[in-house]
Amino acid sequence: MKPVTETPQPAAISRAFLYQIIRDFFRQRQVLEVETPLLSVAGNTDPAIESFHTADDPPKWLRTSPEFFHKRLLAEQGFDLFEIGKVFRRGESGPRHNPEFSLLEWYRLDYTLDELMQEVAQLLHAVYAGFGQRLRTPVFWRYDDVFQQYTGLSALSAPLRTLQDACLKTGYQGEPLSRDACLDLLFSLRVQPELEKSRAVFVSHYPASQAALAQIDANDPRQALRFECFVDGMELANGYQELTDAAEQARRFAADINTRKQRGLPPVPMDRQLLSALETGLPECSGVALGLDRLLMLVTGASHIQDVLWFPWEKA
Amino acid sequence: MATYSTNEFRSGLKLLLDGDPYTIIENEFVKPGKGQAFNRVKLRNLKTGRVLEKTFKSGESVEVADVMEREMEYLYTDGEFYHFMDPSNYEQFEAPASAVGDNAKWLKEQAVCTVVLWNNVPLIVEPPNFVELKIVETDPGVRGDTSGGGGKPATLETGAVVRVPLFVPEGEIIKVDTRSGEYVGRVKS
Repeated sequence: MKPVTETPQPAAISRAFLYQIIRDFFRQRQVLEVETPLLSVAGNTDPAIESFHTADDPPKWLRTSPEFFHKRLLAEQGFDLFEIGKVFRRGESGPRHNPEFSLLEWYRLDYTLDELMQEVAQLLHAVYAGFGQRLRTPVFWRYDDVFQQYTGLSALSAPLRTLQDACLKTGYQGEPLSRDACLDLLFSLRVQPELEKSRAVFVSHYPASQAALAQIDANDPRQALRFECFVDGMELANGYQELTDAAEQARRFAADINTRKQRGLPPVPMDRQLLSALETGLPECSGVALGLDRLLMLVTGASHIQDVLWFPWEKA
Repeated sequence: MATYSTNEFRSGLKLLLDGDPYTIIENEFVKPGKGQAFNRVKLRNLKTGRVLEKTFKSGESVEVADVMEREMEYLYTDGEFYHFMDPSNYEQFEAPASAVGDNAKWLKEQAVCTVVLWNNVPLIVEPPNFVELKIVETDPGVRGDTSGGGGKPATLETGAVVRVPLFVPEGEIIKVDTRSGEYVGRVKS
């Protein structure tokens, strides 16, 4: 008799199981699952993110994240919520990027950044346990500390020229980079690969220039109440203690739109409905987005995002 | 000046950096969720063979190196240059010894080689993966020994020395893998 040859299971087959664990986790914590639109009249103004839009006049924008809808819901309804859904970012393709990908996003009323990081760690432990694996206890870094640890430079106070020189040493080729681009390059190439393996590594208090939609730290205005979570050097989640100030949000949108103009990027309409929701009053809350394809890669040991997708971009 | 944008980057593409031609070995898209996108590229310098890593801002353009590969027939060497001909149009090229390097030992007239041209001058000459060459000198064959174990050196008509099994005699034509320099088998005539 011939031995039965086992065909290895595609990693994509585990997605349903992953989502089951996540839904159980939030049901136990009484966080409500919601479903919000993929298409919106408003887009994401972030100059580092490019969007797809429809050919309608005016166009509808495919969301790059469900966060604006979630904040409008929080302002109108005021309950803890989560969503598992697709988001779209043009031009992002690589071993860890697919232009269409799945995000888990959730919001917790009255949570501080610390409390939300703890909950992210608990979710990751539940997921790993579900897959019969163990994560070691999480570690928590502040951005400037971890940056100094692995680059020898302070993200907050090193002169721009010093950061640019450090970029050249890593093999950067091109026009001198802006301060934030230097930080992104050095963090991606020098810090991220060095982060401890087999555990969630949280990096919080990003430089204020990278606040995105986070509150500025009242104790130190050079820093923002933003965190990211990394596992095995892979960027997995990005969270904020959410900005609730409508005027400040409008200023950041306007600054984004201005930057897009300067860089010759296509214009994107800001979300005025979000601004009016903030004016009505967004409750104090923290929220986080977590990449589900990457989480699936981690628990199945896949090395390329294509391995966890039935139909990657090139075949879609 | 022809250029490639980083989103056209893929392995095998030829770029001109600081005046030298490079080929892309690996291209990786690196981007923090909320930050600047980069292309991290592993490149081989086609002149020196050295491999290095460079990072470009995504969306930037890089000059194209006028490098192409053509199949050419090896004609002869005059001691200084190796002469090749493109059989499709009979165009002839002179390759300096530096372009041929150690591969000279596999070159026999009419061998079809891959010649990498940079600005129309041969930069690298790759011999065929397999060549069939005659043994001009080796110790006498050992009858009955077909095990292939051990082996002995054999000098080929082009000057290359390869290890062959003990039973293979002088005058035999053998097939050799030029990438490993290893004996593959006897060629039945």
